[in-house]
Amino acid sequence: MHIVVCIKQVPNTTNVQIDATTGTLKREGVEAIINPFDEYAIEEAIRLKERFGGKTTVITMGPPQAEQALRDTLARGIDNAILVSDRAFAGADTWATSYALAQAIRTLGDYDLIICGKQATDGDTAQVGPGVAEMLNIPHVAYVKKIEEASNGSMKVERMMEDGYDLIETPLPALITVVKEINTPRLPSLRGLMNAKKAQIPHWNAETIKAEKLNIGLTGSPTQVLKIFSPPLRPGGEMLQGSLEQVAEQLVAKLKNAQLI
Amino acid sequence: MSNQIAVSADKCIGCGLCFKACPFNAISMAERPTHPRKLKLAVIDMHTCTFCGACVDSCKNIGAITMIKDAPAVLDTDLSAYRGVWVYAEQRHGEISPVVYELLNEGAVLARKLSVPLSAVLIGDNIEAKAQDLIHHGADKVYLFDAPLFIEFQDDSYSDVLSHLIVEEKPEIVLMGATNIGRSFASRVAARIRTGLTADCTALDIDPTTRNLMQTRPAFGGNIMATILSPRHRPQMSTVRHKVFKPAVKDSSRTGTIIKKGVNTATIVNRTKFLGFIKDTTAKVNLSDADIIVSGGRGLGKTEGFTLIDELAEALGGAVGSSRAAVDAGWIPYSHQVGQTGRTVSPKIYFACGISGQIQHQVGMGSSEIIVAINKDPSCPMMKMATFAIEGDLYEVIPWIIKEIKKARGCQI
Repeated sequence: MHIVVCIKQVPNTTNVQIDATTGTLKREGVEAIINPFDEYAIEEAIRLKERFGGKTTVITMGPPQAEQALRDTLARGIDNAILVSDRAFAGADTWATSYALAQAIRTLGDYDLIICGKQATDGDTAQVGPGVAEMLNIPHVAYVKKIEEASNGSMKVERMMEDGYDLIETPLPALITVVKEINTPRLPSLRGLMNAKKAQIPHWNAETIKAEKLNIGLTGSPTQVLKIFSPPLRPGGEMLQGSLEQVAEQLVAKLKNAQLI
Repeated sequence: MSNQIAVSADKCIGCGLCFKACPFNAISMAERPTHPRKLKLAVIDMHTCTFCGACVDSCKNIGAITMIKDAPAVLDTDLSAYRGVWVYAEQRHGEISPVVYELLNEGAVLARKLSVPLSAVLIGDNIEAKAQDLIHHGADKVYLFDAPLFIEFQDDSYSDVLSHLIVEEKPEIVLMGATNIGRSFASRVAARIRTGLTADCTALDIDPTTRNLMQTRPAFGGNIMATILSPRHRPQMSTVRHKVFKPAVKDSSRTGTIIKKGVNTATIVNRTKFLGFIKDTTAKVNLSDADIIVSGGRGLGKTEGFTLIDELAEALGGAVGSSRAAVDAGWIPYSHQVGQTGRTVSPKIYFACGISGQIQHQVGMGSSEIIVAINKDPSCPMMKMATFAIEGDLYEVIPWIIKEIKKARGCQI
């Protein structure tokens, strides 16, 4: 089984502070990390390989610095990593990103399963995974919380929905996007870290993946950012004072006055 | 020719305004020891830059940053051939999803601005009765696909029929709910018909001269807002967040046309198989539909704490949510998690009980109308962002609130 994982580097928001006066993120010294949802995708790929054999490949589209994220995945047990990097990809929206990743996966050749995180924590769109599947003309299942069964030709997965979950069977090759519930990612091993350090990571550019110029980067992106602004600050709140009974009474009265309860 | 952006080393005074303005972290401030005044220099990482122009605006007084965007690629679509606003009328288990009524309300506003009709697309099995309901809520036209094949949502078959219908009928705008179904399905359709899709919009408007849809959405977990256009492609597709717009009011006297579309099962691509649905029995009220959510966090200290949270939620007729800490501690299933790696909710009232309010949690609930925080620590972020903050032990405070609610409810009856 050849499993391909698509990952993205995002700013680490874990320790990010909010600037109290402007209400915006303090960006000083924010490091780039692997998108948290992609960690589950990586782990699931390694687990499937452990069960069924085969190989795992991780792909990312990004700047040369994204190589570090790829090395992290090698340290955890991913077999190969490829960096898709070209200035011509800059400014890509979800359509142009899906296109570039699909072209890169085509260049890889045979694959059985593609795994993506359900969304990235910077853009929050959840659009690239299904987009890649469509461009490769394979089925996809989004929001997968468990792989119930897998064989060489097909897979049964649980798709998380608002009111429960759906059980879906898909033939392979297919693409799934995964949610946090699917597994607990492992930490890199010492040997993995050593190997990852030495690994050669190929860099593919637009030419390598035979990308059409009109389909990549800003030119290939149907959507364009018109403007970016800070959301209005939430007006400061009120600290309710008094005994517990008085506080509870005030709160319920306020909610009732606002006709919310 | 690709897009170009450059910082003039002569003009840049190293003030760092662009560094702060860049939403994509693409600018760094480099030391310039050779500069006579040792001023720093802004350096733009070309791989990360999306040419959004935020830095150019921030530097308008100095004018050190210049940007030349590519001339748009030659239009391959005749934009004027696309007319009309569509709403995808998502249904689940034969019931129209609540977000659809909100889309009909907002879709009608957009359709009026564009002087075009509002249409709904309904796909399902044995669903014809719902078409009239959509008309009563504002649709002028309903495209109906009614066949056993569509009894459950599957990306393949649904994308197939919607893509074909869009290509045939050429709407200029297609709105879908930013639900699990909508976000998965819309992505596939937009990829296929090669058009722009903007996720999880919270505001929509029309530019009257270009007829462009101005789609505003939160990014970076709500820390910035971006307005997005698809100026060269049609239809303009958006998924829209639930509970942002008010639902349309029903008017049973409204009339409209129902267009029954033939379904040729043989030609529809459907590679996946739907095997069953398993309902989440731990949730009495669905988180994404709830007007009131009561969430518990680390401050509960133990799994039994959720009994109290449940009780408050029940008294209010609300749903139960949680922070990541409570899920990771094993006190409650993941399906209840609100925040960056959980769900995004925007109820009328959000109770944060024993939740300190880390940025990852704020991302999932920051757009709630009213936030009530109960916490021992008055200085934690949640207490500061709350509309009403109560300092105290939640195990002591909540029973009093339940008592007061019951009293208030009692008076109403």
